[in-house]
Amino acid sequence: MNKLAKKIDSAKSKWEKLNDNREPIVYIGAASCGRAAGALDLKEGVKTFLEENKKSARIIEVGCIGPCYLEPLVDIKMPGQPRVSYNNVNAKMLGMILKSHFIDGAPHKKLAAGHFGTDDFDGIPRFFDLPMLKPQVRIVLRNCGFIDPEEIDQYLAVDGYQGFMKALKSTPEDVIAVVRQAGLRGRGGAGFPTFRKWTVCRESPGEQKYLICNADEGDPGAFMNRSLIESDPHAVLEGMLIAGYAIGASKGIVYIRAEYPLAIDRLKRAIGQMREYGLLGKNILGSDFSFEIKIKEGAGAFVCGEETALIGSIEGKRGMPKSRPPFPAISGLFQSPTIINNVETLGTLPNILRNGPDWYNRFGKEGNRGTKTFSLVGKIRRPGLIEVQLGTTLREIIFDIGGGVQKPFKAIQTGGPSGGCLSEEFLDLTVDYESLASAGSIMGSGGLIVMDEDTCIVDLAKYFLDFTQKESCGKCVPCRVGTRHILEILQKISNGEGTPDDLLALRTLGDTIKKGALCGLGQTAPNPVLTTLRYFRNEYLEHIRDHKCRATVCKSLIEYRVIKEKCTGCQSCVRVCPTGAITGPRSEPHNLDASKCIKCRSCYEICRYEAIAGDAIVIRTAERQS
Amino acid sequence: MPEQIQKVLGKHGRSPDELIPILQDVQAVFGYIGEDSVKVISRYLRISENQIYGVSSFYAQFRFTEPGRHGIKVCLGTACHVRGGSTLLDSLEHGLGIHCGETTEDKRFDVDRVACLGCCALSPVVQIDRDIYSRMTVNKLTELLKNYE
Repeated sequence: MNKLAKKIDSAKSKWEKLNDNREPIVYIGAASCGRAAGALDLKEGVKTFLEENKKSARIIEVGCIGPCYLEPLVDIKMPGQPRVSYNNVNAKMLGMILKSHFIDGAPHKKLAAGHFGTDDFDGIPRFFDLPMLKPQVRIVLRNCGFIDPEEIDQYLAVDGYQGFMKALKSTPEDVIAVVRQAGLRGRGGAGFPTFRKWTVCRESPGEQKYLICNADEGDPGAFMNRSLIESDPHAVLEGMLIAGYAIGASKGIVYIRAEYPLAIDRLKRAIGQMREYGLLGKNILGSDFSFEIKIKEGAGAFVCGEETALIGSIEGKRGMPKSRPPFPAISGLFQSPTIINNVETLGTLPNILRNGPDWYNRFGKEGNRGTKTFSLVGKIRRPGLIEVQLGTTLREIIFDIGGGVQKPFKAIQTGGPSGGCLSEEFLDLTVDYESLASAGSIMGSGGLIVMDEDTCIVDLAKYFLDFTQKESCGKCVPCRVGTRHILEILQKISNGEGTPDDLLALRTLGDTIKKGALCGLGQTAPNPVLTTLRYFRNEYLEHIRDHKCRATVCKSLIEYRVIKEKCTGCQSCVRVCPTGAITGPRSEPHNLDASKCIKCRSCYEICRYEAIAGDAIVIRTAERQS
Repeated sequence: MPEQIQKVLGKHGRSPDELIPILQDVQAVFGYIGEDSVKVISRYLRISENQIYGVSSFYAQFRFTEPGRHGIKVCLGTACHVRGGSTLLDSLEHGLGIHCGETTEDKRFDVDRVACLGCCALSPVVQIDRDIYSRMTVNKLTELLKNYE
């Protein structure tokens, strides 16, 4: 314990020195999404600027604060000034910002998004007062964007591993009691009380027990777990120590998607640091508790998010679910008692242990305590990673935090492919496990996809069923055959060949699959179809009766046309058309041969944004010959 | 080839749960899982080749044909789909004259779909080799491919 106490002391003084503002600091948001937006080029730009101007500063790569729509973010903290954040930075802006700070000695007020100080600073708003951030409560994400995820010292300096040390001082039973009092429910989707699962595992006989961190974030449209691991890996690993201690496990495994290479790198590095600091291995900090953590990379199968399939995959088999009981808590990995907890559940634990259950009970509502992270994406003004108290309404999330939709709002999908699609009338629904279930959807792991009138509901249902149908492992008939049938019917409707009877067939199939499928994937697969049938029946009917797709998405029901009066004959579309469907001499209205058109949108985009006329190409409901 | 694969195997034990990590390493070295690799793994782990094909074909990550010089992955996550990811894939397939999962004849590109890259707020995204390109359009993608030989 002493050795670590010393390390913590030195980490804290290092942290204070870093923050006492003697040296300028440039923070670059460099999680995967920041990198995709060009963060690493900016980092090089900063280095070049400093060299050319003979200035010195510390450059720190931090994780993701959450407002992805502001990516890439560059923050600058000059001695004696608060940290100022700049958004959507490009090379030109970067030069202006750096010049402003390093040469003129003042922030660039026009470009600044916000600052992180406590008081007013030069008329720049506080970052956390921005409309997207103000309604949020950050518990799990507290360190994201603030500490260097590659430095254990910075995590220690912000009270990292304090929760685990507190846990070590009490008995495992007490730790379970704390989690029970906190009312923590599994954040992977189902919302099962964490303490109950733990108790079963703790009481199961067995020499060897396992703790698995489920980081197989397979829901398309969800990236909360990736962001958390990339921005604050130690929080998740500390949670694993706490959980491992509580259930009596000596081996921990992080099962993570191979599609997240940066997250895997950061975990590996963090695990190495833990070992170096005596936080892994035999008799951790002089206690009886021994623990090791290994990383297993998933190989790309959505069904492996299901507990028993995940276990199969770790054992080197096809990831196919098994019927339960026996539950993994009694007989799981290699037939030993095994607990599988989601990344976010584990990331929450250090906070609960450190601050106590009463503190945690202040957030959320009765039966749904605490906060939940969501990835808010789709047709929304301010997409990003958010964290809100359970019990917040969808309206607050979409309009206050997300800034609303550019075109009229149509629907929101919660819970990914296993969830449901909710219409406008549900905007005042509170986000908690029970309310979402009562509307036919689920909380799921936390993907929120917002759709506007340009999204076709039939196409969306088809998309999700295409996904679940492909990802179905094929073990049980309802899921394997049933999802295939649903998809075929949806395809028919989307082609304009549906009949009214199809809607009844979809309903019956959906209900049967829900009742008959073996695992969570199959049991929830029909949800997108069933909820859209319930709340958007008219759109299905339009496809069937009028052969019309009002969002102009379903390819069989639309056609592209050149508006002769608008077209200036600039040839932009002729150049991009991959099939040669558009022809015409320069300066004369072009012709579009519908028989060659593959509806790829190239001409539409180029006309809209780059061509002289703009909007001379339209997409509209096809005229049918019947 | 035999040396390279022995080197990969040397890093792993012989218990059956090493199969997936071995396959991942083999693919990282060779770009795909070849027939001769399967034979060697089968002897090493003492499990049948059938079993290895059974496991490897279950997971989307593994491929059994030689990849192109550049791997293009079009993200078809929900957010990307809503913002036109499948149109990107369609035009790519059409432009390169191959289907998803195939490699162009000149071995320059292979095209695949991926369920989600987790950059949903920057959708639609396309990954080429290890770089992720955000907010793509059909025309931007066509231009981008010119940078890859």
